[in-house]
Order: sequence, then structure tokens, then C-alpha cells
Amino acid sequence: MNLLTQSYPDLVPAVPELFVLTMACIILLLDLVLSVRWRNASFLLTLYTLLGASLLTLQDIGEAGRYTFNGMFVDDLLSDVLKVGTYLLVACVLVYSRRYMLERKLFRGEYFVLVLFGVLGMMVLASASHMLTLYMGLELMALSLYTLVALQRDSRTAIEAAMKYFVLGALASGMLLYGISMLYGVTGTLDIAGVAAGVRAKGVDNLTLGFAVVFVIVGIGFKLGAVPFHMWVPDVYEGAPTSVTLYIATAPKLAAFAIIMRLLVGGLVDMAGMWQDMLILLAVVSIALGNVVAISQSNIKRMLAYSTIAHMGFLLLGIIANSENGFGSAMFYALVYSFMSLGAFGVILLLSDQGFEADKLEDFRGLNRRSRWLALLMLILMFSMAGIPPTAGFFAKMAVIQAVIEAGQVWLAVVAVLFAVVGAYYYLRVVKLMYFDDPDQQRDITAGWDARLLLAGNALALVLVLPWIGALLDLCAAAIRAIPALP
Amino acid sequence: MQTVYLLVPLVCLVPAIIAGLFGWKIGRVATHLLAISGVALACGLSVWVFLDVLAGNEFNGTVYAWGVTGGIPLEMGFLIDRLTATMMVVVTFVSLMVHIYTVGYMREDPGYQRFFSYIALFTFAMLMLVMSNNFLQLFFGWEAVGLVSYLLIGFWFQKESAIAANLKAFLVNRVGDLGFLLGIALVLMHFGSLDYAAVFASAPHLAGQNVELFAGHGWDLMTVITILLFIGAMGKSAQVPLHVWLPDSMEGPTPISALIHAATMVTAGIYMVARMSPLFELSEVTLNVVMVIGSLTAFFMALVGLVQTDIKRVVAYSTLSQLGYMTVALGASAYSAAIFHLATHAFFKALLFLAAGSVIIALHHQQDMRKMGGLRRAMPWTWLTAWIGTLALVGIPPFAGFFSKDAIIEAVQLSQLGASGIALVAVTAGVFVTSLYSFRLLFLVFHGRTRMDEKTRDHAQESPWVVTLPLVLLAIPSVIVGFLYLEPMVFGNFFGEAIQVAPAHDVLGRLAEEYHGKRGSDLLLAFLWHGVQGLPFLFAVAGLIVAWFLYLEKPDLPGVIHKRLGFFSRILEHKYGFDEFNRFVFAGGARRLGGLLWKIGDVRIIDGGLVNGSARLVGWVSAAVRQVQSGFVYHYAFAMIIGLFVLLTLFLKL
Repeated sequence: MNLLTQSYPDLVPAVPELFVLTMACIILLLDLVLSVRWRNASFLLTLYTLLGASLLTLQDIGEAGRYTFNGMFVDDLLSDVLKVGTYLLVACVLVYSRRYMLERKLFRGEYFVLVLFGVLGMMVLASASHMLTLYMGLELMALSLYTLVALQRDSRTAIEAAMKYFVLGALASGMLLYGISMLYGVTGTLDIAGVAAGVRAKGVDNLTLGFAVVFVIVGIGFKLGAVPFHMWVPDVYEGAPTSVTLYIATAPKLAAFAIIMRLLVGGLVDMAGMWQDMLILLAVVSIALGNVVAISQSNIKRMLAYSTIAHMGFLLLGIIANSENGFGSAMFYALVYSFMSLGAFGVILLLSDQGFEADKLEDFRGLNRRSRWLALLMLILMFSMAGIPPTAGFFAKMAVIQAVIEAGQVWLAVVAVLFAVVGAYYYLRVVKLMYFDDPDQQRDITAGWDARLLLAGNALALVLVLPWIGALLDLCAAAIRAIPALP
Repeated sequence: MQTVYLLVPLVCLVPAIIAGLFGWKIGRVATHLLAISGVALACGLSVWVFLDVLAGNEFNGTVYAWGVTGGIPLEMGFLIDRLTATMMVVVTFVSLMVHIYTVGYMREDPGYQRFFSYIALFTFAMLMLVMSNNFLQLFFGWEAVGLVSYLLIGFWFQKESAIAANLKAFLVNRVGDLGFLLGIALVLMHFGSLDYAAVFASAPHLAGQNVELFAGHGWDLMTVITILLFIGAMGKSAQVPLHVWLPDSMEGPTPISALIHAATMVTAGIYMVARMSPLFELSEVTLNVVMVIGSLTAFFMALVGLVQTDIKRVVAYSTLSQLGYMTVALGASAYSAAIFHLATHAFFKALLFLAAGSVIIALHHQQDMRKMGGLRRAMPWTWLTAWIGTLALVGIPPFAGFFSKDAIIEAVQLSQLGASGIALVAVTAGVFVTSLYSFRLLFLVFHGRTRMDEKTRDHAQESPWVVTLPLVLLAIPSVIVGFLYLEPMVFGNFFGEAIQVAPAHDVLGRLAEEYHGKRGSDLLLAFLWHGVQGLPFLFAVAGLIVAWFLYLEKPDLPGVIHKRLGFFSRILEHKYGFDEFNRFVFAGGARRLGGLLWKIGDVRIIDGGLVNGSARLVGWVSAAVRQVQSGFVYHYAFAMIIGLFVLLTLFLKL
């Protein structure tokens, strides 16, 4: 291939990515020049970057999928919706974390740049239509996250968590790469649509393909934090600074969903009979283990980590259904979950201050006496996580369970609901601690108005979204239809 | 006109809500003015509706559709016919009297506004009950009056006995209501509708149909339904053996005894059976049962009245006995006579209760008749009206009770049902007993030597006008409704289509034939002449004479008789041991069973095994799995590799 004869690629579909990349570099450079007093400038610039990116993304939302870079990159409705969700989540993460990071002297340029590179990785992931793009996005995101966890250099737990995350992430990444290489070996292409066609040609009984699917599943399972690839989740959630936990617990879930859609559904939909069974196992064990082990946690970050594991099991239910409806409800679940998680960690962030992490369950004792408003917001968040109507969490659970039942897997729905009941215990325990126990301490809550306001919007949205739930589900279904391999 | 129908209950409900929620704010005077004007308006409108219905404008329709569930519409509807209109007038009139009376009776009570709120609410609920055109609303009204009754029996909630009494009323009514509810459910199941008109229209087609309650045992459907409905009536209208709550309900304030536990609520069962006459007519078994239960109540409860010393309890047992008379009339298919007696009884029994209440306030809440006597001079109005009420109750012509009671006795005489023999004996003998206890009360309270202490005697004086005015206003209908309405209600087809009687049971039709061709005053005179010659009248007079002899001429004699007939009087004093039986078998049994279930079922199996056991299991598993999370990164990696191998071995088809 001669470089000179190659036509210049169409850059329009990738404009948001290019914008974020440019801005990340500018912030990196600016931060070197600006004095400490101007730190807020970087912060605001990061927010403006996200705002600009969302405007650029929204500009062509709803248009038919547009490929570029020789079909390696696609800009379709699925990628647009996931990207906008990511911007919104990350913007909230930044606002919630500002005071926390300032107090711990972590409010520095590296933080913003790493966050933005992570966002960039997720964006590339969401738009990947080629396995190299996909892997590149994944690694860009993962490396940023590893580094963010280690940002608090003087904290032993953070360093330990970062090391664990990195080692296990590398292992998982290697397995995913191994799976991808086998796919390449069988189909002779890295283009995802080409893989789908190759799989169809080779037939589903091909042994190498079977191996490939298993390794891909392991990679995806790690990203989601599904049992038994979940071991990193509690340690990293607990060890990382809460602001970083907040980041890890929200936007990357959308990215993980993107991998599933692009690789597993886009490329391996013909192997569904096989990966469905694997995912059933993963989902059931995740829901069971996540919900049961969360009960015996005394650290709320750790408890929420196990809750994440259980929620990812629920998300997998939608994938297992292997229908447009199922994928749509899984996407809705991913969106709703990331916003619930955002709010829950947001409350922990708001409660913590200089030298106090507010990450023990006891720290929530009697919160109602200290701040009625925050307690109410936390109550809504916990109800939503437990899946109590009329919160969005309930409708998300209902949608995936409905999809599973439509797919004929009634027993799976029954198991999921039973463990959701077990799970309700630890969510409601937080509510009980807040409302029925006496406060241990009288620390003032020093959170800023911006974070308080945003958090209120965040939590209340989970209830107020009620009239638009149908519309959101439709949007998710429409986004799913963008995947070419689906019938 | 529909607006008027709707207004009648609403003008009672609105004051109830305002008095209940804002009574503390608007004060006593505003509260009673509001409540009284509301009920007065309802009474006026009821009279208007009554006249309108007499002019031929009946109504049956839905006012408000509440919802549809399982294809069954749940609706608020009114059925306004002569039966309903009669009940409306009786209810609102007595209620109005009681409202006025309350102003005087409850003057010093701290719960004044609450009381008005309750009685206005009661009037609303009772109106909803009688105006209903479907079973659902009937049940709503039924339960609502039960609720208010419960609240009012326990009105003085600091009093231990009042709380026990309202609990008792609640529990006993539960038994009746369960039967009632089952009856309604059966109706719904077999008729597919809760609307009166639809049910009554298809009732003849379902007559003779069998229903299998237990495998292999067929029961006549109509009998089952009507017996169940009648169990409801037994609870509400206090028929043996579900009567035990009514005497205790006298723990409530006296106006309540008059309004709820004598004149209106307790007659809801009678009204319901009369309303359901198209169903009851289809089962002779039920009619016999009704008659037997009624006669037992009529006679034996009257006997208990003889030994009571509490003035209100005497009247309460008298109420039980009179309800028994009405039930007997229902059993004899003389529904019109039952409603006629219901109406006259409402007036004279409310009058007697209010008169008793007047005495009670004059004596500063002294209720023991042994400590009264000679009040005639101090309380002339009360005395006079009490006499009128008593004469009406006993059935001395031309007072109202004579006509209605005589009509019942005549009807029973003409009935050809198997139980009519016992019933006739019971109701006829009952007249003597009624007369005896009534005049005993009258003589002990108002005549003879006074047995009060000096202080009470000096303070005893006539009650204020708000108390005596209702007495006078109630005394008037106690005298006149009898001869005014005898002809239309008993001989004429007053209720028209509302009450249906099978030709074989039409005792009132046969009675009318005996007075064939007589109308107006001729008929009245004939009926009077016939009555005066009959046994019941002789018994009534005999009762008067015996009472006079025992309690005025030889006041020491009752004590001697009491001792001689120790066994019988002990039975009567223990009220045949119903309370003891219930306490031992039902209350004790329930407690023992409950204790057993609690200790074994609840504590051991449910709490110990299911609840705590499952929680402990989850907690144990949780703690165990937590140990797997060792913190060593090689353990984690190992878990991932294991996971990989599990997936490979399980799902790879080699």
C-alpha cells in the first residue's frame, strides 16, 4: 500500500475525539505554565471541553452511521448516545470531586489530563468498528484509570489498589488480545463486520472460534467486574481516592457495555448460543455473590463495589436475552446504573472532608439529623439501587427481567428477583442507619453549593425521569439498531 | 332530584369532617350549629324525597363509577323507593332529635366536637347504607356504621369498661360481618353482579340450584346465601347468639344508645333482610331459621330485662327483645310489618332512651334504678314522655307500638311455616314480660317512695329544653304513626316492588282478607276491637297490674320472689351464660390456640427457622465468601484463570 496514493481520511466523524485530544494536550501544557492559584482554570477548561465535545457529538446525532479511517471508526447513534452519557457523567464526577481533590492536594493538571484521556479512550471504544480501534480505546481508558488510582502517591492503599488493578488488568487485556488474535486467525480480518461475515462462513462449530469466544468473554467479564473476574473491584473501589472510585464506577460501565455491543454482538452474534450460556453463568454468580457478600461489608465503598458486581449481573441479563429489546434494556440499565452509582459515591464525597473519608457505614448514622436533604437524596439513591418503584432503578430492573422472560428464561428472572430481595437488605440498612440511628459525630457538612445542587438534580432525576422512561427505552432500542450485524 | 339524593348524605358528611378536623378551632357552638343544621337539612330533604316518592317518582341509578375490576363495576348508586324513603325519614328525624338532645347531654364533656363529628358521620354512613342500590355500597355503609358504633361505644376511652365494650362489639360484629361478606361473595359468584336490580331479576332462575360447599354435599344455593346474609343481620341487629355486644354497648353516652343502639344502626339488619326479600322468599329453610332466632331473642332477652337494675340496660334488653319481634316478622314474610315496627320502635325506643338519659343527667350519672324513685314531680316532662314511650312499647292502644306489634303477632298466627308455632308462643308471652319490665322501670324510677340520698334529691330537677324538646318531638310520632300508617303499611301495598312476597307466604295479604272491605277509620276500629279482645292486650294489661302490685303495692315482694326462685334469677342475672361461654370457649380458646401458634409456629418455625435462619444463612455465606477476598493479587489472578478454565471446560464443544 502506497501512502501517497491513499486518500486523506474523512475526519468529520471523529471531530469530538480530535477536539478532546487537542484540549487535553492544551490543558497539559497550560498546567505547566499556570501557577497554583489558577488551578480552577484547568478545571473549568476541562468542563468546557466536555461541553464542547457534547455539542460536537450532538450535532450529528440521529444521522445514519458514518465510517472513516478505512472503516475502523464509526459514528452512529449507539456511539453518540454512549458518548453523551460519558460526558455528562464525567462532568458530574469533576464537580463532585473538586473540593475533595483540593483538600487532598490532588487538584492538579495530571488529574484533568488523565480524566480526559480516559474519556477519549471510552469515546474511541464506543466508536470502534475494528478490533484494533477497540483495543486501542480500551487500553487508553485502562491506562488512564490505573494511573488515576495511583494519583495519591503517598497513600499505601491507593498504590496497592493501582498495582492490583494494573496486574489483573494486564492479564485480562492479554486474554482479550489472545481471543482477538484467534478471531483474526480464523477469519483473516480485524474488521468487526468482516469478523461477523467470517464467523458465518466458518460455522459456529469451529473449535478455534469457541476458544476465541471464551477469551473475549474473560476480557469483557473483567471490564464489567463479573464473577469470577471481579476480584479487583472491591480492592480498587476501596483503595482508590473516592473521587477516582466515582470515576471508575460510572463512565467505564458504559464503555464496557460498548465493548459487549461492538465485539460480542457486532462481531460474534452468530456465536450467541455459546456466549449466552457463559453469560448466564457469569450473571447468576455475579448477582448472587455480589448481593450476598455486600451484606457483610462495613465499608460503604466496598459495599457499593459488591453492589456493582450484582448490578453488572443484571446488565448481563439483558444481553443474555439476545434480542433488540434485551440489548436496549441492558443499555438502559447501564445508563441508569451509572447515574445511581454517580449519586451514591457523590454523597460519600460530599460527606467527606479534610482528613475524613466518610467511607464507613457508621459514618451514615443519623445523617437525617445532620442533613435532612442529603439523607433524603441518599434514600432515593438507595431505593433506586434496590429497585423500589417509582425510581428509575426499578424500571431498569423490570426492563431486563422482562427481556429475560421474553427470551423464555423464566428461572433466571426468578433467581435474579430473589437475590434482588437479598440485596435490598444492605441498601435499606443504609436508610435505617440514616434515619433511625443516632449520629456518632457532629461534623459539619462543608460541601459546596455547586456539588450539592448537582447531586440534588442527580438523585431527583432518578424519580423525576418517570414520565420519560418509555422515551429513553425507545432511544436505547434505536441506538441498538445501529449495529449492522443485528438482523 | 338526583342532586337532592346526593345532598342528603353529603350535608351530613361535611359537618362531620369539619367538626372532626377543625372542631377544636371553631368551638362548641359553631360545631353544634353546623352539625344540627346539616342534619336538619338532611331531614327536611328526606321528607321531600319521601313525598316525592309517594307521588310516584322512584329512582335507581349510578351516581359515581368508582372503578371496574375483573369486569365487576364498583359503583356508588342510589335506589330511592318507598322503603328507602321511609328509612331516610326515620334515620334523619331520630338523628336530628339526638343531635339537639346532645347539646344538653354532653354540655360538660371535653369531647363535645368529636362527639358531633361522630354522630354526623354516623348519619352519613347510615344514609349511604339505606340509599344503596348495590351490595358493595351496602357493605360500605354497613362497615362504616359499625366503625362509628365502635368509636362511640368507646367514646369515654379512659373508662376500662367502655374499651372492653367497644372491643366486644367490634369482635362480635366481625363474626356477623364475615357471614355477610361471604354471602355477598356468593351473590357475586353466582349472579355475576352486585347490583340489586340485576340480582333480584335473576334470583328466580337460580332458585333450587345446588351449591357444593364440601365435596359431595349439595346445598340449596338460595338457602346458603340467605343464611349467610342473615348471619350478618344477626350481628348487626343483635340476635341470639350474637346479641352479647348490645347490652355492653350501653357504656357509650346515652344519645348514642338512643340513636345507634336502639333506633337506627341495629335495625340495619332488619332493613337489609327486608330489602333482600326477593332472595329470602326463595328459601323456606332460611325463613324458618329467621323466625326461630327471632322468637328466641324476643322472649328470652325480655326475661333478662326483668332482673336488670341499670336503667339503660333494661331499655337495652327491651331493644333486643323488640328486634326479635321484627326478626320474627321477617321470618313470617311480613316484611312490611317488620319495617312498620322498625319505624314505630325507632321513635318510642329513642324516646325511652333519651328519657332515661334525662333522668341520668338529673341524678348526676346515677344509673341504678334501686337508687331512684318518685321523680314524677321533679321531672314532669320526662315522666310524661316516658309514660307515652312505655305505653307505646307495651302495646296499649292507640299508641304506635300496639299497631305494629299486633300486626306482627297476627302475621305470625297466619304463617304456615313450621316455626310459626314456637314463634307465636314466644311473641305472645313476650308481651307480658315486656309489659312487666317496662312498668317496673317506670314505677321504680318515677313513682313510689324515693330511694335517693338527700343531696341528689335536692338537686334533681327537670332537664333543659334542649333535652325535653326532643322528648316531646319524639313522643308525638310515638303516639300517632301507628294509626296513621297502619293501613298503608300493613294492609295497603305501601312498599310496592321494593318488597316481594311469594304468594304462599303472603300472611299480610291473608290478614287483609280478614278485614275485607273495611277502609279508613272502619278498618282502624275493627283492628282495635280485634286487638283489645286478643290475648296480647290482656297480657299487656296483666303486666301492668302485676308490676303495680309488685313494685308499688308490695315493694318487698320482689326480693322474696327473687330468693325463692334463686336458680332462675341466677340464670337471668348471668344472662344465660353467653358471656361466660364466649369468654371460656372463644376468647380462651383463641388465646390458647394463639399461644400455641405463637410459641411453636411463630417463634420457632417462622422466626427461628425461616426469618432468622435464612438471614443467618446469608450472613454466614457472606462472611465465608468474604474470606476468599484475601487481598493477594495472585489469588485474584488465580481466580480469573480458574474462571477461564471453567468456561473452557463447560462450554467448549470438543
